[in-house]
Amino acid sequence: MIDLSVDLGFLKLRNPVLAASGTFGYGLEFLPLVDLEKLGGIIVKGLYFGPREGNPPPRLVETAGGLINAIGLPGIGVEKFAEEILPRLRKIDTVVFVNVCGESEEEYIKVVEFLDRQQGIAAYELNISCPNVKKNGLCPALDPKSTESLIRRVKAAGRRPVIAKLSPNVTSIVEIAKAAEEAGADGISLINTLLAMAVDIETRRPKLGNILGGLSGPAIKPIALRMVYQVASAVKIPVIGVGGIMSGADALEFLIVGAKAVQIGTANFVDPAASVRTVKEIGEFCERQSIQNIAELIGTLKI
Amino acid sequence: MMQDARAKIIFKHSWGDYFLFRLESPQIAKKAKPGQFLMIRVNDQPYPLLRRPISIHAADNKNLEIFFQIAGRGTAILAEKTEQETLDILGPLGNGFRLDAVYRARTAFLVGGGRGIAPLYFLGIELQKLGAGVLTLYGGQSLPDIPLKEKFKESGLDILCSTDDGSHGFRGFVTGLLEAELRRRKPESLFVCGPDLMMKRTADIALRRNIPAQFSLESMMGCGFGACWGCVRRIKKDDTGEWRKICEDGPVFSAEEILWDKDSHD
Repeated sequence: MIDLSVDLGFLKLRNPVLAASGTFGYGLEFLPLVDLEKLGGIIVKGLYFGPREGNPPPRLVETAGGLINAIGLPGIGVEKFAEEILPRLRKIDTVVFVNVCGESEEEYIKVVEFLDRQQGIAAYELNISCPNVKKNGLCPALDPKSTESLIRRVKAAGRRPVIAKLSPNVTSIVEIAKAAEEAGADGISLINTLLAMAVDIETRRPKLGNILGGLSGPAIKPIALRMVYQVASAVKIPVIGVGGIMSGADALEFLIVGAKAVQIGTANFVDPAASVRTVKEIGEFCERQSIQNIAELIGTLKI
Repeated sequence: MMQDARAKIIFKHSWGDYFLFRLESPQIAKKAKPGQFLMIRVNDQPYPLLRRPISIHAADNKNLEIFFQIAGRGTAILAEKTEQETLDILGPLGNGFRLDAVYRARTAFLVGGGRGIAPLYFLGIELQKLGAGVLTLYGGQSLPDIPLKEKFKESGLDILCSTDDGSHGFRGFVTGLLEAELRRRKPESLFVCGPDLMMKRTADIALRRNIPAQFSLESMMGCGFGACWGCVRRIKKDDTGEWRKICEDGPVFSAEEILWDKDSHD
């Protein structure tokens, strides 16, 4: 039996495959097609304290090898999540991470303080990098100081581990990652979407209601991989790789450059069972390569 | 509950840009209701990446039919598929037409514009089984844009056609044909699918004449089952309305619910 479990330090996962926030709803939507107990875990859609509307449509546009979204983090808010979603997720044997959002540092703290009182959450993924909620894609993860300040305050306020989800839209990803580590983050998710746009040449209008959006899908995988490689060799906390992973082979690239786990995002739309398929494909690879324990493979890039 | 199935194309027919496929998929076909849709994967390449939402045109215990028009890169690839090939289809998705109204409707007009006729055939057959009097009003730009008129007749469904250029039937928009028919008789329900502007005009007519009307909306979709929140329309709530998901909360909404002007791109 091949051991696919990975250790994030603060938490052991049964395998390294997580479903990425924003592409997996609140998890329950996928129950008809995905056995959540076969995944390393799920990261539910970003939650602000209250319910949110999100951006005007069009919210999605397809581009070569990818998808630009400007959804704008609509959601049900933490109270409804705790009342309606969490009790159902608690009955399923899977690790639940909650992606935490805020308009201000105070809101992030308020969300974490509320969720700290709920059972059935393993850790928080701080969404400090969504490009679709402020003008021009502004977010805390663009600046090391605001990254550090926010993580420090959230860590002080809450009792659970905190993973910082970082933005690729920066000059030096290593600098931001180090700021997150310095502030006490327990892990780093890399990467959120790349700030992008598309134009309708007939009408000369932007194809997205929000003008700008975030690019995801196979088109961004090489950039995500490069950033995970750079960051994994620069920080001690675990790095979770995300960005364009469509298969076990894609996921394995991230593990080899040093990611302790990976997230499946846009692929969930194309193939709703992509996450469990990825777990299976990683297992098959290990069997073929006679790898007994997936941990043996992590960070083994030969240069 | 939705399923992801491999469905063989057992019959294909085309009329210019319009295509009809019969797909063998008993699991999905048995569960399908009028107004529901499929998310169809058109290739395993990264572009186009997403599945295409296509409404269910007919279903029995074994097979499903889809009727679609080439509208872009995805449907162009779909149109190239041949009999005996298999398609990856996810469905049935969405709520479909509201059945309480379907059961109540003793007389119904089905109003379809262009490819919007697709779900109305399935609905017409079901209404007919329930013993309702059904009249279909089917409009297109020109005669080649109303290829399903014979199919309705062969199934015993009354149908009147309109063409913008007058090449067949009533000359003008299908909304003009609807108004002409409404001067003669008033149905208990309208079921509508077509281009946005046509549906908006039909909603105005329905509201003015106080006829309950349901509209099947079209949108690009990320997932098709409520996870991505990518396909939204402005739906009435309090004073301002709210963005609701077409895939999960729709794709069918009533005339009173849809706030047409807030987000239509006419």
